[in-house]
Amino acid sequence: MALLDLSGVTAAYDRTPVLRDVDLSVDQGEIVGVMGKNGVGKSTLLKTVVGLLAPRSGTVSYHGEDVTDLAADERARRGIGYIPQGRDVFPKLTVEQNVRMGETINEGCDEYLHDTVYEYFPVLAERADQSAGTLSGGEQQMLAIARALVANPDLLLLDEPSEGIQPSIVDQISEDMRAINDDLGTTILFVEQNLGVIRSMADRCYAMERGEVVDELAGEALADEGTIAGYLAV
Amino acid sequence: MVNGLNLAFQFLDSFAFIVLAAAGLAIIFGIMGVINLAHGEFILVGAYATTLAVTGLSVPLPVAMLVGAVVTAAFGLVVERTVISGAVPNRLWARLEPPLSATLPDQAAALLPGTPLVEPLYDRLADSMVATFGLSLVMVQGARIVFGNSIDQVATPLGELSYGAFSYSAYRVVLAGVSVAVLALVYYVFAYTDYGMRARAVIQDDRTARAMGVDTERTYAATFAFGSGLAGFTGALFAPLVSMQPTLGGQFLVEAFVAVVVGGASVVVGTVLSAGVLGAVEASVTNYFDSQTFGRIALLLAAILALRFLPGGITGYIERLRTRRREDR
Repeated sequence: MALLDLSGVTAAYDRTPVLRDVDLSVDQGEIVGVMGKNGVGKSTLLKTVVGLLAPRSGTVSYHGEDVTDLAADERARRGIGYIPQGRDVFPKLTVEQNVRMGETINEGCDEYLHDTVYEYFPVLAERADQSAGTLSGGEQQMLAIARALVANPDLLLLDEPSEGIQPSIVDQISEDMRAINDDLGTTILFVEQNLGVIRSMADRCYAMERGEVVDELAGEALADEGTIAGYLAV
Repeated sequence: MVNGLNLAFQFLDSFAFIVLAAAGLAIIFGIMGVINLAHGEFILVGAYATTLAVTGLSVPLPVAMLVGAVVTAAFGLVVERTVISGAVPNRLWARLEPPLSATLPDQAAALLPGTPLVEPLYDRLADSMVATFGLSLVMVQGARIVFGNSIDQVATPLGELSYGAFSYSAYRVVLAGVSVAVLALVYYVFAYTDYGMRARAVIQDDRTARAMGVDTERTYAATFAFGSGLAGFTGALFAPLVSMQPTLGGQFLVEAFVAVVVGGASVVVGTVLSAGVLGAVEASVTNYFDSQTFGRIALLLAAILALRFLPGGITGYIERLRTRRREDR
């Protein structure tokens, strides 16, 4: 049984359709990418999974249960972690307070994870008392990951982790995500248009165009730079 | 000497009044983006509940004041669920609409409003003002119908402080101390408690907070109840000092409104600074002309000037300075 299953999901902002009849599934322990150019509906897709946007039709199931009508905070409590595009850390809270915001979900959770996230991102431990708005883009991305991870999610959703971040940090973040997947068994679904990130992170990848899933790549096809570049080219 | 003492006490008096009048309003505005024009009537609820607990039930005054705060917080919670968030009417309508549209002929059923019936008033400044203004009218008239044009007042406790020709109500000095304690409480709640952290996260980005598992509805409801409770506490504290009539909230609303606008979006710092500045202006002018009227005129003029030159309020100005300094580095 898939951990996450979208079937026939259609979504729209007002009258403008953004997702058309999307089918997608993610198995336990996988890292799955969704690639496509700007405006093909990648972020919207994640929002329907998180619960920040209600689909017009279709169903979202998680752990085999239909969660289409559940509010975002309820889905978060069931183990869906979300790292929004542009990070969206709480700028006026300190780094530590941001991390503790993530912890509000699983109250009375083990201190173990709290320390673990700081081990993945030691730079955050150094800046624990600084307000999050003063961090660099890469550090904010790490903080957003830490904030989601500390809630011990089964499924982690990343919206364009590479956007606006310098290349060396992007590589490091891709490595960190693979390590988190290996160590903690966290399933990851991410959307990206950075070719390097897709190739280094994804086990499997969907390609989107104009709100539709048009292709699914794995193994050989995913290793072929030309194929991927085709879906990302302007 | 006496004049200096007078000035100092007048300042304390103005400061305490402005802080206590503004605290509840500032929290509700700062966190929920709701301007509660019924704020004065929430103070009325606290004042009446306290007074009636003392005169009707012979409860000791300090206990009655806590009763006043709790009753107003509960009242605030009801208002939040019905008027501000619309959760109650929405739930009722969701239950009522299907059977109603089934019994009506199709054409009439098509005219029924859909669900949800109303949208929450969060972050809708003008709409929230209209709705709460209506609520304030209902509350003033409601109080008049139920309790008449005035009710018996409780006596001012604690007697007078005197020094030569100078004498002053000791209770008003205590109020100044309480106003500082209220500020400390608000600061503590928002800086150090889990609720405070969630509330600040919700102001900064409520969608992300929801995706972090924060029940934003509950946070808003708790915030409104907390702000209402503070308003009720203010009413309780001033119950021995102001005349107990249904319109007593008006005098608080003006000062509170001005203080919040001058202070800007930051709840504690903004309220302290604007109460300090406005209190100093009001006290000096009142003292110089020996007239409360001139003091109030000066206070409103100071507010107009502040808004002309600091459109984001004092804390908005501080925030701008900080940003500029960071960019310079």
